[in-house]
Amino acid sequence: MAVLEVRGLAKHFGDFKALQGIDLATRDGEFVTIVGPSGCGKTTLMRVIAGLEKPTAGDVMLNGKVITPLPPRARHIAMVFQSYALYPHMSVADNIAFPLKARGVAKGEREALIRWAAKVLGIEALLHRRPARLSGGEKQKVALARAMVRKPALFIFDEPLSSLDAQVRAAARAELRQLHDRTGVTTIYVTHDQIEAVGLGDRVAVMQAGALRQIGSPQELYYEPANTFVASFIGTPPMNLLPRDGVIVGFRPEHALPRAAAPDLADVATFAIRVTRTEFLGSEWLAYGSIDGAFDNAKVLCKLQQDVIGKVKLGEIQDFVVSRALVRFFDKDTGLRTAPVTV
Amino acid sequence: MRTAPVVRTIGFYTGLAVLCLFAIFPALWMVITAFKRNGDLYDPNNNPFLFNLPPRLSHISFLFRQTNYPIFLWNSFFIGIIVVAITLALAVPAAYSLARLMGHSGERSSIAIFLVYLIPPTLLFIPLYEIVTMIGAANTVWSLILVYPTITVPFCTWLLLSFFRSIPREVEEAALTDGWSRVGVFFRVALPLAVPGITTCVVFAFALSLSDYIYAAVFVSTTASRTVSAGVPTELIRGDIYYWQALMAATAIVGIPLAIVYGLLFDWLVKGFQVELPRSART
Repeated sequence: MAVLEVRGLAKHFGDFKALQGIDLATRDGEFVTIVGPSGCGKTTLMRVIAGLEKPTAGDVMLNGKVITPLPPRARHIAMVFQSYALYPHMSVADNIAFPLKARGVAKGEREALIRWAAKVLGIEALLHRRPARLSGGEKQKVALARAMVRKPALFIFDEPLSSLDAQVRAAARAELRQLHDRTGVTTIYVTHDQIEAVGLGDRVAVMQAGALRQIGSPQELYYEPANTFVASFIGTPPMNLLPRDGVIVGFRPEHALPRAAAPDLADVATFAIRVTRTEFLGSEWLAYGSIDGAFDNAKVLCKLQQDVIGKVKLGEIQDFVVSRALVRFFDKDTGLRTAPVTV
Repeated sequence: MRTAPVVRTIGFYTGLAVLCLFAIFPALWMVITAFKRNGDLYDPNNNPFLFNLPPRLSHISFLFRQTNYPIFLWNSFFIGIIVVAITLALAVPAAYSLARLMGHSGERSSIAIFLVYLIPPTLLFIPLYEIVTMIGAANTVWSLILVYPTITVPFCTWLLLSFFRSIPREVEEAALTDGWSRVGVFFRVALPLAVPGITTCVVFAFALSLSDYIYAAVFVSTTASRTVSAGVPTELIRGDIYYWQALMAATAIVGIPLAIVYGLLFDWLVKGFQVELPRSART
């Protein structure tokens, strides 16, 4: 059980500012995901928290105690690396025992802990194997077991699912979340995949260019993005962002409907869209189009249900409506959220 | 149709046998010669690769009883083992520090270190002789123990540097977050994973100190301190008389067991390389 807090954290590599003033605090037992495009500084942030990099400025605190000057071994933080970083010259059991040996845990207790972790993760049959003879999913479980046995105050996961096959990944994701719910250890989880971030996290922190753009619940990020970056990063497909007269008007593809399909919907913003192409996705359709007039031919994407796709006429300008409560506005220069204007 | 694989198998093994014979031939001739009587060896009508008269051991007993060969053997192994120890004690920590603790400048220094190895010993033995006499080590085995590491340490540092660099940083960082100090990580993770490289260094340093001729002949002139490579030619070539059988025996006794040991070591080495290192995501 622990609370992690970072204050004004900055890390510069020469002229490159990997982190510029990150402020972040977890709650006790929380699962926080950090998401952002490649090179946004999220891995650097994890490495600073784990103690593998010294920050240029700022502090890392665990349970209110400053741990910035401490070496990684004194931090009670367990990290699971993207490559799993198993020790190739040790058996699975020795890999799991390694952090316990560092703490001088007695042999009997060590073996009991290994058995416990192996049972929780279902890898009892693998204990005598070498890492080279494990599949990706098995390696991930061993890495998890190795992080678990030492009962850390904080877990850090650095893209632990990115080297798994798509099918294994979904199962591993569910298992990770279950493991967190069972152990209740505060967890920081880094990923570049927004679906993973939104699906796993109690709260999601969105990073870009070394800065934290927004932190909030998945619902907050989806419905109330603080800026155009979050709006375009969270959600598949991303929010339509249409520049007009110094503001950017945004609405989600799934919130637009052809007027003809919802003639009675009140309090709506209307957009005249020319749909040029539709795409069948299975449960729904994607409609690609453009908005003429004030929006200067901006590209628009709408996600439509099976029952309304019949109302869409290809190549014709057609009215689409979005409930006003779901339309968002951003400043054209800063990209930050602004007060609503009429559309 | 069924004969084709048989013919191919026979052809394969014939080719293999010819190549083996070619490789083993000098050693075989050496062994045969070592056991020959003078009458057999010096008769130009005899086939040099066969025993035309019954073999005998007299030349080998001459080598051990009436020459300084046992002293040379002892000196060679003594020097070899100490040189290996010095080389490892200096090169392993140096290579690890350069690979992990010095940043990019350390990693790039490997070429500069390797260049030292390329300076030919024929250029160095005169200045080094000055140094060796100055500190009073001339004519003792210590002169060679002092000089060989100047060759082996840079070479082995360069070699080990690439071994340590091939270990993914994340594996060591995992050990750091697992609660080990940098020293603990070095001994428990980096060192075991660099064993193939360390073995290569042992073989290299030992082979170099055993085979070197220039330094051994120049720095040491007292018989009691000579090594096999410098002692055997001076002891067994007297004027224009060559003690052929004893010469052959002296080299075969050192060469053949070492070839077997190296062969076994390399087998084990190759197995060592098969430890699959995980790929680092960041490199």
